[in-house]
Amino acid sequence: MSRVGLIRLAVVVAFVALLELATRAGWISSYSLIPPSQMAVAAVQILLAGRMLDDILLTLQNVAAAFVLAVVVGFFGGVLLHQAPRLRRAVDPLLASYYAVPVFIFYPLMIVIFGLNAWPLIIIGFLFAVAAMVVNTLDGFDRIPRVFFKVARVQRLSWTAEVFQVTLPAAAPYLFNGAKLCVAYAFIGVIAGEFILAGAGMGYEIAFAYNNFDNRTMYGLMLLLLVFVTTVNMSLYAWEQRLQRRRGGR
Amino acid sequence: MATATTSLPAGAGRQARDTLLVLLGLIVLWQLLHWLAGSVALASPWASVVRLGELLGRASFYPNLAETALAFGQALVISLLGGLAIGVALGANRLAGAVADPILVALYSIPKVTLYPLILLFFGLGMEAKVAFGAIHGIIPVIIFTMNAVRHIRPVYLRSARVMRLGPLETARTILVPACIPEIVSGFRIGFALTILGTLIGELFASQRGLGFLLMKAMHSNDTPTILAIALLLFAFASLCSWGLLALDRRLHRRT
Amino acid sequence: MTAVKNLRAAAEPPPGEASDVQAAVRGVTRVYPAAAGRPPLHALGPLDLDLRRGEFFSVVGPSGCGKSTLLDLIAGLAPASEGEVSFEGRPVGREVPEGVGVVFQEDASFPWLTVRDNVAFGLRRSGLPKAEVAERVDHAVGFMGLAAFAEAYPAQLSGGMRQRVCIARTLVTRPRLLLLDEPFGALDQQTRLLMGDELLRLWRETGATVMLITHALDEAAMLSDRVGVMSRRPGRFIEILETGWARERDSRVVSDERFGRITARLWSLLREESLASIEAGRSK
Repeated sequence: MSRVGLIRLAVVVAFVALLELATRAGWISSYSLIPPSQMAVAAVQILLAGRMLDDILLTLQNVAAAFVLAVVVGFFGGVLLHQAPRLRRAVDPLLASYYAVPVFIFYPLMIVIFGLNAWPLIIIGFLFAVAAMVVNTLDGFDRIPRVFFKVARVQRLSWTAEVFQVTLPAAAPYLFNGAKLCVAYAFIGVIAGEFILAGAGMGYEIAFAYNNFDNRTMYGLMLLLLVFVTTVNMSLYAWEQRLQRRRGGR
Repeated sequence: MATATTSLPAGAGRQARDTLLVLLGLIVLWQLLHWLAGSVALASPWASVVRLGELLGRASFYPNLAETALAFGQALVISLLGGLAIGVALGANRLAGAVADPILVALYSIPKVTLYPLILLFFGLGMEAKVAFGAIHGIIPVIIFTMNAVRHIRPVYLRSARVMRLGPLETARTILVPACIPEIVSGFRIGFALTILGTLIGELFASQRGLGFLLMKAMHSNDTPTILAIALLLFAFASLCSWGLLALDRRLHRRT
Repeated sequence: MTAVKNLRAAAEPPPGEASDVQAAVRGVTRVYPAAAGRPPLHALGPLDLDLRRGEFFSVVGPSGCGKSTLLDLIAGLAPASEGEVSFEGRPVGREVPEGVGVVFQEDASFPWLTVRDNVAFGLRRSGLPKAEVAERVDHAVGFMGLAAFAEAYPAQLSGGMRQRVCIARTLVTRPRLLLLDEPFGALDQQTRLLMGDELLRLWRETGATVMLITHALDEAAMLSDRVGVMSRRPGRFIEILETGWARERDSRVVSDERFGRITARLWSLLREESLASIEAGRSK
């Protein structure tokens, strides 16, 4: 592991150790926070007991669906907006305030349109994530040096060839960044939705545990969630680093 | 030759009209969805506007608004200024930035709603919890955007700073921040909106006052006009401030 | 001639520094340690150099030979792996010494400041009274022909003008040693020749020592008192030519027959080095 990776590991370990100490020594009351070691035990127990497996799988499925939808729609949305600069300039001011609207208020609407299944929740996650992908796609396309397109024309590439052989690879780092954000937002959207609205899934179970003062289950689930999110992110990050090194990027 | 323009260029007026057109399109879409789904799922644009007017006319609305505004204001200061300071510090120090980057991305991805029990248990019910919630939502994008901007600053600026023998704080203040204003403003716009969202979600559960509380009540009684009236208010407010920030950014961009 | 006197005043070294040598490097090397997937890179040296007070010294060499690295070492922007670097008799460490100015190849003008504010930036920490700062800034701005654009922003200026802003910003601090790293590389040939004349004028009026890194042989030949020819990486000086030009010169020396001979000599030395450098790359 690189030096940077080691330092990072040390920082995280130190933080966890501090938490463990603080909770065991009573500096932080156990009503608020249980020691990380107990969280880990609870997490393992939950996995072994298997009764929450359905919820966990459901959540992961929903997140995956929301993510894929957001990346694909977001990408093509970005392509479209890029080709229509006037529309883009019109939409730009609205894009940032997009996040101020709590999207879960559209849940009843989604139920009417899609029915009482997993789709409304997936759409909520999708709505949360898609804006990030659009913004990053636009950003990436903006930064492609004009001269690349001239080369494509000199080489007489067809439209699809240009998109797949020039535009996509050139914009790849930004598209990647967009995908990373989509993962984050998909998780946030789906789980927040489950927390507030739904009757199943990890978010719901966490809310249930909280309402029943079941700290151990609650924190165990939160730890599991953290582990999932971190694993996905770290894999993406490692992949990105490998791509970056070849391109000589930062 | 070097005449300073004090007004926005002609294109901005056209863009404002285009944006209004897009908004009009969204309202049309809204109306269509209302016809499709019915009032029980989505109130019509007109009903929402009317309800918003009613709410603004009601005296009992304003304490709620003030409560939210107070929480939001505090959270915003923490998000923007704290985020800026941390972002610059992490961006300027290569090692710190490299170490922190994945950690920040991981923190960003955690659905902060699930941290809510934690925050409640720490801060108790009330203003501090709401401020904390709003702040953790908003601070992270500001940090990420600022940090990335500083890390990607043109190296020749940093070398110039060394040649002019500037200290680290001075370099940060006179070179790093001014050079990264466009990205910092982008981070602020997103941090702003997310802080609104965070403060609101914070209010959904614990508060007996505030816009979030009103929203929750409306959701429980399925009072769709009120739900959308509040959403409309939030959107309008965020758009206004975002537009303000954009205008500021455009004025600064004139120089680049 | 208070204008000239203003710029010249600090060109005299601090009392006690009577030596003839402005800056020196002795047995200096620069090795980049091994990093992810590549062995250590021996970029420069070992080499020695004495910069004489008040001279105009150019460095030419094939691409990647370490010219810019040498400048970084003298300026204190990078540490030497071996050997010593000194400025006015005092060793140079990791900090840029007072009295040294650097102009880079890339445009370093700050887009968020006007030309005047850019130039004034160089004097922020000088502790000088405001009136004197304003006076110096006005002189530098006028000297570099920027008076008509003082309130403009760099984005509104051409590349050549922006480099003048960078030079003015350095000038205002009255450096005794002026280091320029391919400052005109991004400019077209004609602008470069004119800027060369500007540089000579600046050199004469300030009395500073100038070290210019350039890949343009004609530029080195016409502007300098001495030209150091560097070998391919790791760079070492193959030869140091004396041009013998008079101090009062400008770009019209190109019509002197000595110019042709000097340039020819530079190219004959460099051509071999460049070819060998390409060969070395090919055989890897």
